[in-house]
Amino acid sequence: MAIDRDALSWYEASARQRVDALLDTGSFAEFLGPEERRMSPHLPLFDLPRAFDDGVVVGRGRLDGRPVLVAAQEGRFMGGAFGEVHGAKLVGLLRAAREIKPAAVLILFDTGGVRLQEANAGETAIAETMRAIAEVRADGVPVIGLIGGRAGAYGGGGLIAGTCSRLAVSEGGRISVSGPEVIETNKGAEEFDSRDRALVWRTMGGKHRRLTGGADAFCADSVSAFREAARALIGRAPAFDLATLEAEHARLRNRLEEFGDCRDATEVWARLGVNDPDAVPAMDARAFDETVAGVGGANHDAR
Amino acid sequence: MTLAEILASLFPGGHAVTVADGLVSGEGPFAGGRLHVIGVDGDTPLGIEGALALAGRVLDAVRACDRSPILVAVDSDSQRMSRRDELLGLNEYLAHLAKALLLADRSGHPTVGLIYGHSAAGAFIATALATRVLAALPGANPSVMDLPSVARVTKLPLDTLTEMARSTPVFAPGLDNMVAAGAVHAVLDPGKSLAEQVGALIAGLADGDARDRLGAERGGRPVAAEIADRVAERARGA
Repeated sequence: MAIDRDALSWYEASARQRVDALLDTGSFAEFLGPEERRMSPHLPLFDLPRAFDDGVVVGRGRLDGRPVLVAAQEGRFMGGAFGEVHGAKLVGLLRAAREIKPAAVLILFDTGGVRLQEANAGETAIAETMRAIAEVRADGVPVIGLIGGRAGAYGGGGLIAGTCSRLAVSEGGRISVSGPEVIETNKGAEEFDSRDRALVWRTMGGKHRRLTGGADAFCADSVSAFREAARALIGRAPAFDLATLEAEHARLRNRLEEFGDCRDATEVWARLGVNDPDAVPAMDARAFDETVAGVGGANHDAR
Repeated sequence: MTLAEILASLFPGGHAVTVADGLVSGEGPFAGGRLHVIGVDGDTPLGIEGALALAGRVLDAVRACDRSPILVAVDSDSQRMSRRDELLGLNEYLAHLAKALLLADRSGHPTVGLIYGHSAAGAFIATALATRVLAALPGANPSVMDLPSVARVTKLPLDTLTEMARSTPVFAPGLDNMVAAGAVHAVLDPGKSLAEQVGALIAGLADGDARDRLGAERGGRPVAAEIADRVAERARGA
């Protein structure tokens, strides 16, 4: 049965549903799929259930007829966190990309970061992933991150996202290093009230990241919107070289100078020139895109 | 070893490395040329300003085009945990620093990490773990998260976790476990010249990322290298 990309919510879909619907119909072939049962060797020590794919789907497929490699994290298994097998599957995929030279590598993020039960393996895999992305990009292959799952892109996932050539986000796609609960646990509810969901969305959510240049495209919550964004972003991936990193340096320095004294995202948006910052959270994708077009700095090649 | 002792052993003839607000930067004469040094000292958390400043030093070195090695000395806290850092996009600032180090390495500046104190989580990934080869000094204490926090998240009793940590390197904090995972390549001898030992590391740099192989050899990451190879094999297949 053909999947209706327009009707499928990215946020609600599983990793496998996202991949199947994102790519050209029927083109996806998985590597080391669940039938091979390469599960975590460590979770049994903690009496925790395992997943046959360790929470990540990797393989090849086509987007508009062009070959791509793709990895999709499953946020519903251990928060999409990086364990040993999970991380190694992504690393292997990226290493292969250097030889195969696909049109792009697509990473469908849905992760809370490192899986604490396998913390050292997960942390090291994140470092290996970032090195591999730098190499793949330097070889001229775009690495595109798509972020709109329930677990967001937190912890090391946020750092990997920042290493990609381009990022597409939806409203639900939060990008951050320390999560709200982690900040609250360590610094108190006065610093960050993790139960204040509106605060979480406007501090770490897709709209804020898009407005401030932390992401390159904003998507409605459908697979077709992410597919359109991925197609567009592949064609305009920045190089991985000194010029790009110098431009990124200037961009991040300017952000610090312009917004370093802001307490809340609404102050940042007002300073960017958004007429009615309080209206941003309720905007649909079309109205939001018009708002983005009206402010400077959201579009750049400095990543 | 303290940072001052480390610098004295690296640069017996003196150096121009300074520490301000917990950020280390400068250079000194090394092996007939020079060695750039950046880093974090004094268990300082790494926030947006610090990451940007360190990345700036790395990009300066790349721009100078002298192919001098870069040492990243680390005794940090985790990333700075605050609403403001996240509001302004800490993930981009930390990734920017890591990318600068990865670019430097690709541009002919060998990057060597040296962890001599603590480091954790995102700060560890953006600094020491973004180098080509990571060395440690005895007494270093890298971690992802401390055991009491792991206990909170995993809802396991701290006593149980402490007991498990003795036999299970894959999740437990500490230098030995990071060595077993392959994240730390070598532990240096503080009684011998660090200039010579760091020089030997640079001379022996191999191509590629050997960390998963090291993790397999040392038993801290039993399956990662094989899984990565298997996926790459399938990807190469028709």
